[in-house]
Amino acid sequence: MKTMLAIISNALCRMTGRNAGARVVVSRSFADFTPQATFDIKKCDLHRLEEGPPVKAELTREQGLQYYRTMQTVRRMELKADQLYKQKIIRGFCHLYDGQEACAAGIEAAINPSDHLITAYRAHGYTYTRGVSVKEILAELTGRRGGVAKGKGGSMHMYAPHFYGGNGIVGAQVPLGAGIALACQYQGKNQVCVTLYGDGAANQGQLFESYNMAALWKLPCIFICENNKYGMGTSVERAAASTDYYKRGDFIPGLRVDGMDVLCVREATQFAADHCRAGKGPIIMELQTYRYHGHSMSDPGVSYRTREEIQEVRSKSDPISMLKERMLSHNMASVEEFKEIDIEIRKQVEEATQFATSDPEPPLEELCNHIFSKNPPLEVRGTSPWSKLKSVS
Amino acid sequence: MRDFHRSAPAAVQMTVRDALNQAMDEELERDERVFLLGEEVAQYDGAYKVSRGLWKKYGDKRIIDTPISEINVLLQAGLRPICEFMTFNFSMQAIDQIINSAAKTYYMSAGLQSVPIVFRGPNGASAGVAAQHSQCFAAWYGHCPGLKVVSPWNSEDAKGLLKSAIRDENPVVVLENELLYGVPFEMSEEAQSKDFTIPIGKAKIERQGNSITLVAHSRYVGHCLDAAAVLAKEGIECEVINLRTIRPMDVESIETSVMKTNHLVTVEGGWPQFGIGAEICARIMEGPAFNYLDSPVTRVTGVDIPMPYAKILEDHSLPQVKDIIFSVKKTLNI
Repeated sequence: MKTMLAIISNALCRMTGRNAGARVVVSRSFADFTPQATFDIKKCDLHRLEEGPPVKAELTREQGLQYYRTMQTVRRMELKADQLYKQKIIRGFCHLYDGQEACAAGIEAAINPSDHLITAYRAHGYTYTRGVSVKEILAELTGRRGGVAKGKGGSMHMYAPHFYGGNGIVGAQVPLGAGIALACQYQGKNQVCVTLYGDGAANQGQLFESYNMAALWKLPCIFICENNKYGMGTSVERAAASTDYYKRGDFIPGLRVDGMDVLCVREATQFAADHCRAGKGPIIMELQTYRYHGHSMSDPGVSYRTREEIQEVRSKSDPISMLKERMLSHNMASVEEFKEIDIEIRKQVEEATQFATSDPEPPLEELCNHIFSKNPPLEVRGTSPWSKLKSVS
Repeated sequence: MRDFHRSAPAAVQMTVRDALNQAMDEELERDERVFLLGEEVAQYDGAYKVSRGLWKKYGDKRIIDTPISEINVLLQAGLRPICEFMTFNFSMQAIDQIINSAAKTYYMSAGLQSVPIVFRGPNGASAGVAAQHSQCFAAWYGHCPGLKVVSPWNSEDAKGLLKSAIRDENPVVVLENELLYGVPFEMSEEAQSKDFTIPIGKAKIERQGNSITLVAHSRYVGHCLDAAAVLAKEGIECEVINLRTIRPMDVESIETSVMKTNHLVTVEGGWPQFGIGAEICARIMEGPAFNYLDSPVTRVTGVDIPMPYAKILEDHSLPQVKDIIFSVKKTLNI
């Protein structure tokens, strides 16, 4: 079959003098693949809900390839960041997201670009799904002028339209997220705010204040706990009196979701967004997920968990492998196709790395800018009284 | 009879981290009521390894891993907790308790309820940790009556001040510095003793000089000494004062020095407005040393901006040795 296609495409190329043959191959294999399939997904545990998200998810070929591409891009980007950190080209704090890709990809698949999202410091994946290029993310990590925050923010402080970072203080982003949800309600454009936090932050008091106000005022806030089982070096059992994070909102309905399955995450987020948009108030999702790296690049990640545990998750529950196997088993794509996508992504990440390592650092003139918004230029004191620096908005 | 040759007291090299560790170990052993709590202090051996080995030695009761809940500062009646903040930036989550519960209680109760608690952790800038993780809290805590605030520089400072803090009946804030944790310093034989303490409220003259007085705390004491070494080659002899304590500040030591040198430069990593240098300027003006000044006091401080991430910008956001040298010369009108 393949040889025949090659002969036809070569013949077409000679006749038309163009690469029409390529189109022949693609359209031929397109008809070969299953365009859409339905998959069984894990039922969510429910709290204060009569019914939950569906237990079957539909996936088109396009969607599948897109989710694969998103997750693989995040994966390769994070691994590149690991490499650059070890080469000391990235410095300071660096909290990597590999293992948790299904969360970011699944959430983005279920919300609109006009919805809002805020998370904590393990933010590179969300920065990407919310629209920032790999190039701008890596350049921010390397502290260059082409970074999304001009090199001034670093790993934990990246922003984009409708994406509010990137926040360094554990739990502090949750009241901010509730506030964004208030703004959504106030402006009446049917938008929701996705407010993410981890299992470590789940014990912060400020979350409970946010839960109270969001429920009281029926704010369109989707609180999402990414439970990766460890708050830095402390396992959930050692930190929380109740590890049922989806129930911790008490009077707020909750879902516990398989965070390693991008389809599960998508369906649950869709359900949650519908709930909020219908004016029913906030909802909590707990995504059960896992990080392969330690808490940050200065944590080897094996003093408080075993290598066997990490290996087991990698081999049995890797989100990217799971999606790929599903699509292959249902003949929705070919092994070659995935390989090609992988090659493209590798190239994309390499190009981004090239930029991120060659772009110059920010100019010193930038040092004092962006203190105030919409302000006339002001003078800023430098390290001594004779050092008078300039700040513009 | 032959005289046995006596060797000089043996000094050893010890990092600031190990000095802090030793201080806590000795105080935990000395007093059963002392215990340590904080995030990752026990099984992880401490986020910056300052409490390494303590959990193994003293167990769950004395070394406690807490969830991420800074505000749960335990004022357990009759006990003497050491509360570690992973960095003082996170202390803002608990600052109401530190000020309104810890600092003010002895006063409000007219002496009925004392608060023998220590808050310790890294303060100020590190390397590349950006705006939310780089703030210096010396001025914020130094502002409040009821608190004692210390800021050690070298290993002797770290051990002596922490031990004093733990033994003190009052709330003491110990502002350590992450960049200094791994730096080795000489520990005299005296400092190696289990009863070595440094009094809170007393500064130390690290280097004698006649030309100008430099006052600093924490990491910048080292910067001042480096600047002094360079300036000495040009015949300028700096007297370098290590504040050691922010509150109560040893103004007398500064005044005595200024009355000798007639010039003063303060150096700090924190922001200029309402900072340590600003306080020193005010106090000098209010006291006898003012009449001895030949020029206004110069403050060398961090730049008045949130801390940027990019290395070149971060380097230019904090006082460098060359800034101190420049300021000394300007102050001396050279």
